[in-house]
Amino acid sequence: MNATTAEQASAPVTEDALRSVLLAGERPSSPGPVLTSLTFGWRALLKIKHVPEQLVDVTMFPIMFTLMFTYLFGGALAGSTQEYLQFLLPGILVQANVMITMNTGITLNTDIQKGVFDRFRSLPVWRPSPLVGALLGDLVRYSIGSAIVITLGLVLGFRPEGGAVGVVLSVVLLLVFSFCLSWLWTMLSLILRTPNSVAGVSMMVMFPLTFVSNIFVDPKTMPGWMQAVVEVNPITHLATVVRGLMHGSVPAGEIGWVLVSSVLLVAVFGPITMVLYRNKK
Amino acid sequence: MGKFAIETRGLKKSFGTTHAVAGVDLAVSAGGVYGVLGPNGAGKTTTIRMLATLLRPDAGEAQVLGYDVVRDAQAVRSRVGLTGQFASVDEDLTGVENLLLLARLLGYSRRRGRQRATDLLDAFGLAEAADRQVKKYSGGMHRRIDIAASLVVTPELIFLDEPTTGLDPRSRNQVWEIVRGMVAEGTTVLLTTQYLDEADQLADRIAVIDHGKVIAEGSSGELKASVGAGSLHVRLRAPEQRAEAERVLAGVLEVPAEPSADPAALSARISDPERVARALAELFRSGIDVTEFALGQPSLDEVFLTLTGHAAEETPEEDAA
Repeated sequence: MNATTAEQASAPVTEDALRSVLLAGERPSSPGPVLTSLTFGWRALLKIKHVPEQLVDVTMFPIMFTLMFTYLFGGALAGSTQEYLQFLLPGILVQANVMITMNTGITLNTDIQKGVFDRFRSLPVWRPSPLVGALLGDLVRYSIGSAIVITLGLVLGFRPEGGAVGVVLSVVLLLVFSFCLSWLWTMLSLILRTPNSVAGVSMMVMFPLTFVSNIFVDPKTMPGWMQAVVEVNPITHLATVVRGLMHGSVPAGEIGWVLVSSVLLVAVFGPITMVLYRNKK
Repeated sequence: MGKFAIETRGLKKSFGTTHAVAGVDLAVSAGGVYGVLGPNGAGKTTTIRMLATLLRPDAGEAQVLGYDVVRDAQAVRSRVGLTGQFASVDEDLTGVENLLLLARLLGYSRRRGRQRATDLLDAFGLAEAADRQVKKYSGGMHRRIDIAASLVVTPELIFLDEPTTGLDPRSRNQVWEIVRGMVAEGTTVLLTTQYLDEADQLADRIAVIDHGKVIAEGSSGELKASVGAGSLHVRLRAPEQRAEAERVLAGVLEVPAEPSADPAALSARISDPERVARALAELFRSGIDVTEFALGQPSLDEVFLTLTGHAAEETPEEDAA
């Protein structure tokens, strides 16, 4: 209803106005990749402003997981929930972050369905910038998610021995990894047809990836073959690093592992994503 | 090169076993409106998407403003605008945010970009809706912001993919006015449409495409001449007189009259409008009561029937690919 009244009220398209606006158009020089990526990042932030519901996953997931797993497993696994929280919270932080990276793929797929995608692809800008920009915007979401987990943890009694520096460093590393992992979802979203199928497949990858790791329990009690899987899972190394940094140790070798796997994720899925993006029907 | 704004030779694109575009040759002069007319699934959108560098041709060549769409894709992108079902705006953002986003991406400073966005919204009658999310716009407003989004940097050439499909007549007229305004300022417009009427109203030259091929090309007058003047539709008071009316019409018009689905109606293709008056008089003289008659412009169906021998059937899924 609103739209109709506004349309009637709005001035008709006048030839003079159209002429002046067409003549006035300048042809500025093309901005560089950093600026275009940041501009697409600004778009992601505007979308958060207009559709705050999309923050549900970054707020609810972490809260739910922290409460559920602390009180579900705490007594049984570590003797007390307080004890377990010291072990679990860094892991939950990793899981919550990794989980909400899935949204990247779903958002991109929605863009493709909705039709703004071809507009972006038809612009004379650095080709990966719409994707990089979306991921930069997602870093804001990941930061919000991390802040929520850490705050809730502190309220529940989590005491990081590594202090503020350790916590901040671990979050930075986590953001780097999440940014790199997101290229897996952008790739999927260019292959699969609907946002629903993207969500479905992402879940299928995500569950084993986060659960078959050392996030919840020490892998010592697992059968040998599973320990082997846990050992190669990059999430395991990430959780070890986050745990270490938060509790005051600097696991240099493990940090190296995380950085190498981050680079590998981008090196593999980044180019595949861009080929798919260029040839998208 | 240089003579044509768009030139293609043997352009081809297949999706699986569907030959969406099966060898399109176009030569579009700079300035004016070039219409690409065809039913759903004819390959219009696929052709435009190749010309706008969104889709790589399987075979053939295409040059847009003198640049190859594959080798010089970025040069093409910086000179053309694209508006269509798939090149829309972000519905979650407001009108002004959408235009500012594009202005920034195209190199405007923040301040000049905002000015440009405001000017465009004013020119397109969207000033009052500037701060409203595009998803709350009406169909006509939505189409106008789509077109405005293609004009942030005034393009030398603009592709309009079915710009009036689904619009009410008033909004459609507004889009037509915009197209005419752009042409007056020297922009070349390539427009696809399913409506002969629209091509007729706007286009200087028209290519009719079907099954991925150009089956006719010419000015609207030339195409119409090939189709005939249209058809006469007559509705009788008494359905039982239809056989008699068929005979009378066929006699005067010298073409067979065809019964319509309505048992009291029939129609006949006409080549010479002057015979219509005589045909109606003849019906009256034979004591056949006519309750309604109409002289129809040739429809897209008739163009297709004449040019291809088959009707313009609906195969929507192909064009969506």
